[in-house]
Amino acid sequence: MEKLTVRMSSKATEEQLLYANILEKGMLVGLILMFITFALYVFGIMPAAIPVSEISSYWNQPVHDYLVAINENFLHWDHLVTGWSWIKLIGMGDFINFIPIAILSGVTIICYLAIVPGLFKRGDKAYAIMALAEAAILTLAASGLLAVGH
Amino acid sequence: MTKSVLQKLGGIYVFLLCALTLSPVWALASEAGTAAPVPVDSDLAWWAWPLILLIVTFFMGIVAVLGGVGGGVLYVPIISGFFPFHLDFVRGTGLLVALSGALAAGPGLLKMNMASLRLAIPVALIASTMAIVGAMVGLALPTNIVQILLGATILGIVVIMFTAKKSAIPDVKQADPLSSALRICGIYHEASSNEDINWCVHRTPLGLATFIIIGFMAGMFGLGAGWANVPVLNLMMGAPLKISVATSKFLLSITDTSAAWIYLNKGCVIPMMVVPSLIGIMLGSFVGVRILKVAKPAFIRWMVIAILGFAGIKALTKGLGIDLF
Repeated sequence: MEKLTVRMSSKATEEQLLYANILEKGMLVGLILMFITFALYVFGIMPAAIPVSEISSYWNQPVHDYLVAINENFLHWDHLVTGWSWIKLIGMGDFINFIPIAILSGVTIICYLAIVPGLFKRGDKAYAIMALAEAAILTLAASGLLAVGH
Repeated sequence: MTKSVLQKLGGIYVFLLCALTLSPVWALASEAGTAAPVPVDSDLAWWAWPLILLIVTFFMGIVAVLGGVGGGVLYVPIISGFFPFHLDFVRGTGLLVALSGALAAGPGLLKMNMASLRLAIPVALIASTMAIVGAMVGLALPTNIVQILLGATILGIVVIMFTAKKSAIPDVKQADPLSSALRICGIYHEASSNEDINWCVHRTPLGLATFIIIGFMAGMFGLGAGWANVPVLNLMMGAPLKISVATSKFLLSITDTSAAWIYLNKGCVIPMMVVPSLIGIMLGSFVGVRILKVAKPAFIRWMVIAILGFAGIKALTKGLGIDLF
């Protein structure tokens, strides 16, 4: 294990502050966007792929049945809307709401990547590697490669 | 005596959880046995359910703050038990509810040095990995099995809330070798006594191992895991209570992120459910913080335990196909 001199303090470390600042900005951007995109959707400013008046007919079904039903009745794609395929529907009021949700879910990956250089610089290799591993795991989860079916 | 009985009950529960989740029989089971969802009332206008959701989550946000629990642990059993939404969407939304709360609180807690990044990073690595596994298993299992396990878990949480003690500043005689090597320690300023408190942790390998189960359950049921994080960080690992609570809240922003991606990629996110829920919980939390100054914490805590007990029984009976109430 590397030898490090750590100055104990009641103040947060540089990495912790950097992480907090990025998290805060990502959270604010995500939340503000969520209000805007939901208003575009719910007030009918943007057309919805699944009409707002009909969504309640589908949300009591298991997710696979729901995806099949909305595909058959509205989308008519040759595959279901899973993974990142919602990107193709970004012009629709309901699916544009996935942008802020993805930002809120993805900001942690950026936070982790941002603190890695500082950790390596201070010789804190164990934490730098753990931060990289966490970023890789979250990226894998975000990639859609792990989505499995019923 | 009580401790022994609880340990045995815990052992039985973990065995049942493993047996139910790992048995291939369940993976082949059809959805035919799934408890019927609450029927959609076609007489209601399309905006009625989101509006009801907004109102209910508003009160849920108040109760969550006053009761000292996360939004997710109230959201999933109550909404899945009493609303027409399928459990798949409720779990996806529950994770986003817990995630948003953690994202809102996390930056401030980190800046104040109440949440410890050094404590969170190794714990989060394990918990978030297992949350992904839990989410994948939870989405592959028949709904009634997940509902039964959810009910049992919620009732287990009630027992934990009922029995778990807290230690403001646990007596950690010596940091263990792993936490020493990782330098999981720190100083925080205790405003009430105006002094700096040195802290370190012990039993780190055992604590990290426990987060395998916690992460799995968070992902499987879409629950925030503050109910489990705090006792493990505080009582098992010996972190001061304030550090445990703050680090637990921050941890949810990582653990729930990983599981949320699985639910999002699987299609378990409906904006018409997610956004009213998030707005309701957030507004309720703002109001809850203000009420907190005048509320009686003991009464609120008992109320949360009662609500969770009720929701747990509802989830359990719904999974078993018993229409109890």
